[in-house]
Amino acid sequence: MKFTCLRKGGGYHFPPCHILDICGFRILLDCPLDLSALTIFSPIPSASKASSVDKPNPKCSNRSGPLDLEEPLVRKRQKVERPLDADDLIYAEPWYKTVRNLHLWNTSFIDVVLISSPMGMLGLPFLSRIKGFSAKIYVTEAAARLGQLMMEDLVSMHMEIRQLFGPEESCIPQWMKWEELKLLPSSLRDVALGKDGGEMGSWMPLYSAADVKDCMQKAQRLKYAEETCYNSTLIIKAFSSGLEIGACNWTINGPKGGIAFISSSIFGSAHAMNFDYIALQGNDTVIYSDFSSLDATEDIENDHSNFVPTTHDFSSLRNEENDEQELAKSVLHVDDNLEENQKLAFLSSHVIDSVKAGGSVLIPVGRLGIVLQLLEQISTSLDVSDLKVPIYIISSVGEELLAFTNIIPEWLCKQRQEKLFSGQPLFGHVELINEGKLHVFPAIHSPKLLMNWQEPCIVFSPHWSLRLGPAVHFLQRWCGDQNSLLILENELDVELALLPFKPMAMKVLQCSFLSGIRLQKVQPLLNILQPKVLLFPKDLKLINSSKSTAFSIFQYCPDETLCIPSLKDKSELEIATDLAFHFDWRNLKQGNISMTRLKGELFREHGKQRLIPGYVQESSEIRQLVHWGSPDLDRLMTVLSGRGIKGTLRKASRGSESENVASAVLVNDPSQALIEVKETSTVITATSENLASIIFESIGSVLDGI
Amino acid sequence: MAIDSLVLGAGQEVGKSCVIVTINGKRIMFDCGMHMGHLDHRRYPDFSLIGPNFNQTLTCIIITHFHLDHIGALPYFTEVCGYSGPIYMTYPTKALAPLMLEDYRKVMVERRGEEEQFTSEHIVECMKKVIPVDLKQTVQVDKDLQIRAYYAGHVLGAAMFYAKVGDAAMVYTGDYNMTPDRHLGAAQIDRLSLDLVITESTYATTIRDSKYAREREFLRAVHTCVAGGGKVLIPSFALGRAQELCILLEDYWERMNLKVPIYFSAGLTRQANMYYKMLISWTSQKIKETYSTHNAFDFKNVHKFERSMIDAPGPCVLFATPGMISGGFSLEVFKHWAPSEKNLVTMPGYCVAGTIGHKLMSGKPTKIDLDKDTRIDVRCQIHQLTFSPHTDAKGIMDLVKFLSPKHVILVHGEKPRMATLKGRIQSELGIQCYDPANNETVSVPSTHYATAVASDAFVQSCSNPNFKFSTSGSEHEQGSSSSNRKSIPRLQVSDDRVAEGILVMEKNKKAKVVHQDELLVMLEEKKHQVKFAYCCPAHIGNLQENQETESTGLPLSSTNNDMLQLLSAKLTNELSEVNIQDFGDHLQVESFRVSICSKEDCPYRLSDNGGEEHYEPMFFCCSWAMEDEKLAWKVISMCQK
Repeated sequence: MKFTCLRKGGGYHFPPCHILDICGFRILLDCPLDLSALTIFSPIPSASKASSVDKPNPKCSNRSGPLDLEEPLVRKRQKVERPLDADDLIYAEPWYKTVRNLHLWNTSFIDVVLISSPMGMLGLPFLSRIKGFSAKIYVTEAAARLGQLMMEDLVSMHMEIRQLFGPEESCIPQWMKWEELKLLPSSLRDVALGKDGGEMGSWMPLYSAADVKDCMQKAQRLKYAEETCYNSTLIIKAFSSGLEIGACNWTINGPKGGIAFISSSIFGSAHAMNFDYIALQGNDTVIYSDFSSLDATEDIENDHSNFVPTTHDFSSLRNEENDEQELAKSVLHVDDNLEENQKLAFLSSHVIDSVKAGGSVLIPVGRLGIVLQLLEQISTSLDVSDLKVPIYIISSVGEELLAFTNIIPEWLCKQRQEKLFSGQPLFGHVELINEGKLHVFPAIHSPKLLMNWQEPCIVFSPHWSLRLGPAVHFLQRWCGDQNSLLILENELDVELALLPFKPMAMKVLQCSFLSGIRLQKVQPLLNILQPKVLLFPKDLKLINSSKSTAFSIFQYCPDETLCIPSLKDKSELEIATDLAFHFDWRNLKQGNISMTRLKGELFREHGKQRLIPGYVQESSEIRQLVHWGSPDLDRLMTVLSGRGIKGTLRKASRGSESENVASAVLVNDPSQALIEVKETSTVITATSENLASIIFESIGSVLDGI
Repeated sequence: MAIDSLVLGAGQEVGKSCVIVTINGKRIMFDCGMHMGHLDHRRYPDFSLIGPNFNQTLTCIIITHFHLDHIGALPYFTEVCGYSGPIYMTYPTKALAPLMLEDYRKVMVERRGEEEQFTSEHIVECMKKVIPVDLKQTVQVDKDLQIRAYYAGHVLGAAMFYAKVGDAAMVYTGDYNMTPDRHLGAAQIDRLSLDLVITESTYATTIRDSKYAREREFLRAVHTCVAGGGKVLIPSFALGRAQELCILLEDYWERMNLKVPIYFSAGLTRQANMYYKMLISWTSQKIKETYSTHNAFDFKNVHKFERSMIDAPGPCVLFATPGMISGGFSLEVFKHWAPSEKNLVTMPGYCVAGTIGHKLMSGKPTKIDLDKDTRIDVRCQIHQLTFSPHTDAKGIMDLVKFLSPKHVILVHGEKPRMATLKGRIQSELGIQCYDPANNETVSVPSTHYATAVASDAFVQSCSNPNFKFSTSGSEHEQGSSSSNRKSIPRLQVSDDRVAEGILVMEKNKKAKVVHQDELLVMLEEKKHQVKFAYCCPAHIGNLQENQETESTGLPLSSTNNDMLQLLSAKLTNELSEVNIQDFGDHLQVESFRVSICSKEDCPYRLSDNGGEEHYEPMFFCCSWAMEDEKLAWKVISMCQK
């Protein structure tokens, strides 16, 4: 088994990407896009600005110079450079950054693609449109639907920008030319080229809607824990990871044992089905690919305005010394929800404050689960404070997304499933829409929206990068209003993201949401899974309990290939009973061992190897074909004479070291024959077939053989 | 090893489906239904036959769908009899079953005034024990037992269940439909290797035609009735048929621009529609695709019906529960509407013997005696809707043929028809088939594999291509281009991969399968090669003479080569299936090697030849291994000629 990490994770929106070689098959684990890199581009200019921008190069535009910025930004890396300003951003049709080095792998040699979350498939159309791509794509049905909606949304948002810039440039856009790149401020250059300058090749112009459609047609959708079999060898199953609706962890079972692939997982989710770790038990190898705690440790220092950071320190560790599985389980079950709920309540209270002050709230949060919960939370808070403020969802796929969340109880958490069983809608948004509190529109220019529009209001709208989609327009509208509020996820570099909207009077709240397994839960989890081999990111520190680990750990880091020795060089074989009945057992001289030749047809079916009788014609008798040991000549003589063969023994002279010295039996009755016996070989010479075979059998009886 | 199936219900009858299957020590109860036609102890399966302690003897219960003849006895079994183990059913079944059970309980207790078998709390408690499953979700019930649901189409959430313990596997179909209907898709299952299939056989001998004609007939009947100011009563269960017909009517109403109200009795069916909306992904492809724009279960023309509206004037269409007019509200409405000839009663689907629905369908009664005191004049029209969400005989045969199990057990059907179907399955498909009566046990053998570990070399050798080239003499003659008119042999290539290896059993160790070449390494022994050799004399006088006249003065070695060539040609002629390799000084066929021996004292030359020959014989020195014994002697006999 070989494992190559192509990209370690970058939070919820940019899951890690790996390549796994197993049983001769190459498996690509996820194919995400780094959408946070979009921040190096300029957003769509607002309507008023757009008209003023006639010149292709906005560098000469009038609002330049660092003086515009209210406060000098504290930057660590950028020591001498002047602070960034909005005009440093690349003013061009954005390209999209895929996983670095993925393009170095030959696409046609990928056999299987496993998609663990909707976010993990955003880069897939780039791959699936390549000629020669023939891999089987497995994705859960819920992730497929959500992923498709996200991609369609991306394409439609991009279209808006595209219309501004006109038809596509012939080959490489101006900004990608070296001269231009050199002029970029270092922080932007880092994003564009990567820290070591090796990521230029991962930029791509966005795929088309047709590419998305084509990609989705190639994907095979799986139900929850559905067993699927690749090439009769690998049995692949998806179990919920809890991160998002449809997000999953994988088990891959081959003839050489099982692998559990753990992506970012959440033990207690408030919307998606919880991390099903019990189902991952019994796999020899565990690939741990949850990098979320890496991001969590770099705590969020956010915030332009006078807001308290929202990070709560819940680091008080629970007692986990005891390794008892039961205790481990209880540790895992400690509710993450409580903390997440507090965050939501916190956000909600600020939303209410803003609305009360007459400001509007923009929530360009990309996490579906957070949006659904915030909707419920905020609407409840509004009711409590008796406020009549409309909530809008403005997204090209919003309506479908909401409708979809209400028809997949199979991928939701227990509490939501209970709603199904009691006949209530799965999420609060169904009633909000019915009651006229929530309005869903495909775009800001929807006529109905214009008629319905009312401020202050609360708007959920993509895109979280603040470069695409309706969010840009709302931000441009409200960025000067000090009563308005912007809620961001922590995965964004706020400085860079808000650059084009400066000066910002708007309040900004950046919040980190749980997006994976907390580091202190890793060890208890492993105690339950009990793998023999663990693949663990080098960057993460495994908190070791007192007990020495019962498994070997391989640490991996990006762009290095790990070779993991196979745990067993033997695989299971099932032998049909009717075949087993015909066995002709032989006991060896040394005792304890008996053996038989077996012959049949090997079938590989559903990851199992089965030997069945097949239509091999039975040979009349089974002869020994392999012998070992050395024959006892005197015994041979007795056996021969027992079969009516007479001859004389001519022993080789003793003491001669040479192997070639042969003893011989000269047979003269019933006819002439010669048996030449050496240390490691015997040669039978006879004129008749019959005699030769009798002699052969006699030799067989004094040797071990099969 | 065997699979034992104890049929507790639906054996040679329809109603109270319940089969206890024992596979490799695991006991599964498939369905736990009640019989609608009986009111005494016969309404429930005879649970006493399971054994004294349900919790110890049963591994789990699997419910295929929410119909009462499949789930009706479940609350009784769990809450009254005390079963507390796991129960599996699909999400929709878990969501909808309580509605059905509650509806039934109400009818029994509140309307018929019977002693209740279980309470509302019992239903709630019972449903708490249910573990919902998704389609195709592979559920590991315990270490050995694996179950999986497949789409059955019969009603929303109906599933066929696959169960596997060790190497033995079986499928219990429950009720299923092989053709899609208005709101559900057709049954779908993987090709599995199975020891046993237990299938329903409601329509064991019926072959049904297209549904569209019958749908048109139904719509026409309804339309005619409402156009004439009549009322249409459709007694149906809250779930399933009601939604299907409603989709049909809704569509028709839109097209014909009808304004006649469609009613659903009480809240039940309306609430059911709420469930249907959330469970839309379990419906047919067509309905599923439209969920985001218009949920097909948002019925625009459907209104709620109040009891006071029974005698209100004007036409209407009413869906009333329960189906089969077995009591409750549908009976109440029937009492009011039956005496008017303007009205129409449409009976959708199967009616159990003993119900009014059954009486209406089996003839045209003018009077029905409800009980001693009540007699209803039936003057209304009766329309029988013959489409049913059960598969027909062709569907059953198709499914059995597709799955090709080793054995089939028929349940949920009528005795004589089942016998016919059983005969067909045995004669047409060659599959052993049984149709046990209630409380009978059928035992069928199950598959079992012995396991061993196989070495890589063995597995690799198995997948090595094993090409056999054989030339079959063909009639094709080459054209006249060349003088030698060789027939072109047609080359046939076969690749029968054969797995050959050695199974080694050592005490206290797992059986191992290794390749022949690995064996000695494993045993740490030295190989002792046993070979054959024979330097065989050949009487080739004539040949040699010809040879010499043609090529005088050639060196001896060259002559030897020629001889080999000659032999090679001869062998090719005689042994068409072997591959002869010519190495110049020797020929090789498999392990058989032959060369011209010029040594006078070849050790493998036996002076057995009587000295009768006058020519100096040529000697072909041959050696071979045991595998090619037959071949070797064949060649030798040819050499000697």
